[in-house]
Amino acid sequence: MGEMNELTTTWFVVIGAVKVIAIFSVVMGAVAYMTLAERRVSAFIQDRLGPNRVGPFGLLQPIADGLKNVIKEETMPGTAAKFYFVLGPALAIMPAVITFAVIPVAAPLPTPVGTVDMIVADVPIGILYILALSSLAVYGIVLSGWASNNKYAFLGGLRASAQMISYEVALGLSVIAVLLLAGNVTLTEMVWQQQQLGLWFVFPLSLAFIFFLISALAETNRLPFDMPEAESELISGYHTEYSAMKFSMFFIAEYSHVLTASALMATLFFGGWDIPLWTGDDMFRHGDGWIRGFDAAGAPIPATPHVLITLLTLGAFAAKTAFFVLLYIWIRWTLPRFRYDQVMHLGWKVLLPAALGYIMLIAGTMLVLDQLGVPFGFLYGAVLTGVSGVTTVAFLFFVDRDRVISGAHRKRDVARRRVTATTGVDGGAVSN
Amino acid sequence: MTEIVFVLFAVVAVGGAIGVVVGRSPVASLLSMIATLASVAGIYVLFEAHFLAAIQVLVYAGAIMVLFLFVIMLLNLGHDYRADVKYGLWYLLSLVVVGLTAGALLQGFMGTGATGVRGDGAAAAAAIDAVVAEKGVVGAIADPLFTDYVVAFELTGLLLLVAIVAAVVLAKPRT
Repeated sequence: MGEMNELTTTWFVVIGAVKVIAIFSVVMGAVAYMTLAERRVSAFIQDRLGPNRVGPFGLLQPIADGLKNVIKEETMPGTAAKFYFVLGPALAIMPAVITFAVIPVAAPLPTPVGTVDMIVADVPIGILYILALSSLAVYGIVLSGWASNNKYAFLGGLRASAQMISYEVALGLSVIAVLLLAGNVTLTEMVWQQQQLGLWFVFPLSLAFIFFLISALAETNRLPFDMPEAESELISGYHTEYSAMKFSMFFIAEYSHVLTASALMATLFFGGWDIPLWTGDDMFRHGDGWIRGFDAAGAPIPATPHVLITLLTLGAFAAKTAFFVLLYIWIRWTLPRFRYDQVMHLGWKVLLPAALGYIMLIAGTMLVLDQLGVPFGFLYGAVLTGVSGVTTVAFLFFVDRDRVISGAHRKRDVARRRVTATTGVDGGAVSN
Repeated sequence: MTEIVFVLFAVVAVGGAIGVVVGRSPVASLLSMIATLASVAGIYVLFEAHFLAAIQVLVYAGAIMVLFLFVIMLLNLGHDYRADVKYGLWYLLSLVVVGLTAGALLQGFMGTGATGVRGDGAAAAAAIDAVVAEKGVVGAIADPLFTDYVVAFELTGLLLLVAIVAAVVLAKPRT
């Protein structure tokens, strides 16, 4: 069995403080550079150069932007509800920056004073903590929209509240499928279960991942779900009246949400810090030590934490998270914005019933597998992968039949065919 | 340390509850109520009832109160709330209700002694710890809920479903 080396209380406090400061700094730094990445990637997609003047490759741009935001003049609308106007950005940023605390970022790190979990707070409720805090994120947006005393800001705030409540339901239901398979709610345990299954949850729960991806996009208010901002309709929605650092706080909140959602997708569906096709990094707290798994007789196989493993797994986690951040940016600059009724339709009439049905399917399949006595392992995951794969293809086929979110060309075709069928004359291009 | 945190949460919880009643605008009352709910969730965490705390924030502070806020903003905009405040007999009635509730709580507290726990507190805590160690924080609540109390649980679900259907029927325009 691997060495345990429990931390003493003093060291626990010291290392806890170091972890808090380190994770917070890294998240803030990542957020700053995500703004640069967004601008550079969007420039690449639109065949422009993007910001490249400040420092090499524009790498100092976020610092210049931050400085600008700090020294800019703060404006306060004369008719705003002042207390709530100031409270709004604070409430928006608070849940965004503290959700990262429960996400494990790497394998345990051995130090001279004991083995350190690479997670700020391994709370027993794990994912529920994230869901609870992200459900509070809506207050900052709604309150600032209301307190601005501006029609456009208010409409943005109302849209945000309706949209975030709607998609919270689909988000929660997609997570339930993961909870069913992992059998636990802590994120460290979920990473461990994916290592034991020999498959990342994205394979046995492919449809849940798609639901999670869509809902997370809607929860972070990013295109194609940025109805609360909708520049072409609402100026810039709930933060129309904000300037300088208060405006910047909304942006920090949005990018922190994107980062947390990306890290969550990596953790829930892509093995977290797990390195694919290698069991050497599998590690979990069991009894008094660290184990790699169980052998055929059910005896635990010990594992030894190593600095190199910690660094490699940290790299794997960072790479997965960075990929999803890039995916977010890619989606934003590729897809057009939904109409508001389409957003509501997709949330309530497509994702909610589909996610409910999918949970029944996964629970039923797992019940059958458990009754047949299939052990939790590769075969178990393979059967679920098959079932989920078929369901995912069926769902995508259903959604893509233009019945849910149809493009304008499709409606024209349908209208033309209807005219042709009733009159016998080619209807031509009928508008609408 | 725990006592300091508890007093902090308790002060915010009680202060928020008073704020709900004396708040001048509905939005102020609502925010006070969120502060109360969040502080109570914090007290749950001090009791190591993590699951209850998460659900408290997720359901009450994060979902139900958002709907309240939505309704207040959407339906009551520009409405003069001061006209809604009732005086006279209502003051007296609310005083009676508050007095009776406080009395009932006080009576319940008096019987507990210095520890604030009925019976053997240490034994109860040990029993809860054993259940949590065996089933986890979620299982400790989910297991009895879906075995011993499953009928009551399902009936509650049915009741909520009936309420939703009724709301949809009432809101639907007659054709």
